[in-house]
Amino acid sequence: MTSLQVPSLASFSVSPLPELRFEGVTFNNEDKVLLGPCSFTLNGSGPTLVMGPNGAGKSLLLRLSHSLLQPTQGRITWSGEASPRQAMVFQHPVLLRRSAIANLIHALAVNKVPRRKRLKLARDALERFGLIDCCNTPARVLSGGEKQRLALARAWVLSPQVLFLDEPTSALDPAAIQAVEAAVREFHQRGTRIVMTTHDLHQAKRLAGDILFLSGGKVREHTSADAFFDAPVSQEAQAFIAGGLVE
Amino acid sequence: MENNAFYVALTLLFNLDASLYQIVALSLQVSLLAVLIAALFGFPLGAAVAIWRFPGRGGMIVALNALMGLPPVVAGLMVYLLLSRAGPLGDWGLLFTPGAMVLAQVVLVLPILAALSRQKVEDLLGEYREQFVSLGMSKLRMMPTLLWDARFALLTVLLAGFGRASAEVGAVMMVGGNIDGVTRVMTTSIVLETGKGNLPLALALGMVLLALVMLINAGAYLLGELSRRRVG
Amino acid sequence: MKKSLNLLLAGVTSLGLSLGAYAEDYITLASTTSTENSGLFASILPKFEDATGIQVRVVAVGTGQAFEIARRGDADSLLVHDTTGEERFVENGFATERADVMYNDFVLIGPAGDPANISQAQSAREAFAAIAEAEAPFASRGDDSGTNRAELRHWKHAGVDPDGDWYRELGSGMGPTLNTAAAMGAYVMSDRATWVAFGNRQDLKLLFEGDKVLFNQYGSLLLSSEKHPHLKHEMASKWHSWLLSAEGQQAISDFRVSGQQLFFPNAK
Repeated sequence: MTSLQVPSLASFSVSPLPELRFEGVTFNNEDKVLLGPCSFTLNGSGPTLVMGPNGAGKSLLLRLSHSLLQPTQGRITWSGEASPRQAMVFQHPVLLRRSAIANLIHALAVNKVPRRKRLKLARDALERFGLIDCCNTPARVLSGGEKQRLALARAWVLSPQVLFLDEPTSALDPAAIQAVEAAVREFHQRGTRIVMTTHDLHQAKRLAGDILFLSGGKVREHTSADAFFDAPVSQEAQAFIAGGLVE
Repeated sequence: MENNAFYVALTLLFNLDASLYQIVALSLQVSLLAVLIAALFGFPLGAAVAIWRFPGRGGMIVALNALMGLPPVVAGLMVYLLLSRAGPLGDWGLLFTPGAMVLAQVVLVLPILAALSRQKVEDLLGEYREQFVSLGMSKLRMMPTLLWDARFALLTVLLAGFGRASAEVGAVMMVGGNIDGVTRVMTTSIVLETGKGNLPLALALGMVLLALVMLINAGAYLLGELSRRRVG
Repeated sequence: MKKSLNLLLAGVTSLGLSLGAYAEDYITLASTTSTENSGLFASILPKFEDATGIQVRVVAVGTGQAFEIARRGDADSLLVHDTTGEERFVENGFATERADVMYNDFVLIGPAGDPANISQAQSAREAFAAIAEAEAPFASRGDDSGTNRAELRHWKHAGVDPDGDWYRELGSGMGPTLNTAAAMGAYVMSDRATWVAFGNRQDLKLLFEGDKVLFNQYGSLLLSSEKHPHLKHEMASKWHSWLLSAEGQQAISDFRVSGQQLFFPNAK
């Protein structure tokens, strides 16, 4: 349906998701350790949901993974020779002061997609995320949900191998949350590694393949979602789940 | 009645004679062209200083900010010495021509455009930076995106530059020579008429100049507001 | 985006073209504010242009600055009123020839009440001395212009070293100095042309005139082609000789403001 190379499920199994490895990674602000030391490998099929209380270092971990920040110590590496194509969707989407479609075309231009292909790719993505009617609407007058879908569409046109999402639904209403979750599943089905932070346990249950649980800047647990919710090992996770479900 | 500046101003406008028209047209041409040229260099310069970190950047920002207050006569004197036959660019034969006036105003306006656009672009970059890095944009590639997205703020900056250019008299007087029909603009006419003791006419010319500048500002404001409302 | 860029380019070219489109046949004349502000040039230049097809662009500044402009080679011709300075300019090789063109005269202006009573003076010397004696406010150009230099000679002649609160050096052109004198109720020496054309007199009146020492000689200088080969000598010498010709001299004496002749041709 699009000119994008969407891997079929068959090819999905033979071309595995890029693996992300943290080895003794720390991140300091001056002398204060904000994260780490962390060591883990993301090699499952995901989606990986990063959870933990406020200030646990979830956003930091995402930004380090996406090379927006450099670790103070340790190594962050990807399987394969080059680092994979990546995109990130932020809690508050940063959209250019242009029309919705111009935002996508800009992202394609930046990524050196040939000029003649840009319009079609952008329109297809807008269609896919239900934004085709807002094609020429200035991005910054869209509703919160539409903005986040536009940010997802922008990530989509770049066909990333890894997609990071930082609390993408925390400011949205239930209908918009559902749309974002559907989009995340679509990325996942296309064969994109998903790494997403959330503070919403229900959302994590709905989406997660595995859970990376942080607390106080350290990784406390990294297990499958089922195991995490059924029988959390660490005290922190137990308290978090108990508190979260009571809420 | 004839000595009332408002009366004279109205008479001037209604009888829009050829020489006044020429003076107004030259004023606009010189200042608009100067602002345009200054923008061509000043905006990228401002954006570059906003985006890149390099040694001496702080000093450069201070210098640009300070140069916003460069006295027009000093700019005029510098350009005069530059363009004078005895000066380095004397062969261009530009002294006492509108071209010299444009150059002098570029010198005056460029620091304003660079310094103010640096501020605007830096603010915007603060908002966009993570997204830009996420998109894998080089610093060079950020420049056009930031300048375009700051376009409404830059329009205001442009108006500030135009205001400075159209209001100054020291520089154009010195390098233009206030030659009747060739380099006489609104501000130099006002100085001339004041010198003749023709105060009502001088004040009337001042009102015409003010009306003109207001018209341009109103136009730019409307344009900016309309598209701002559209783009959000 | 592309469209607006084209529009921008079109704008630049149209602005640029109109800035560049000027007559080739012109010379730049450095002269004084008195000749320009009185309207003399507006009256005689069209006649010269009709006769020769040469446009004269006047840069009207103080005499000191006019010399400087000519010295740097930024004017093709020079018409000023400081005979001593003009002769020195020729001696120094910047001009090859200097000729008397016309004169006007200086007049003493002051508040109508005339506190120093200069209207009764028998000579300029007496008038200047009376002002100093009364320590009545006096507004001086103070800008090293031809008028300023002449004024200083008159003080010297009257045996006065102008100094003190009453003597105000303004550092301005003739017109602004008259404006200030009008506001301060001060005495001031002005060339007649600027005074006659001056519109903001308030309480000022012409109080003393007619002494021969107050005559103000204008000279035209033919600039040196050796110092500045790029100058338009051919056209400039046409202008120089036209000023001295019967035709040019007639044009000068024909110029009137409010029926009054302001400049008196006296080429030899």
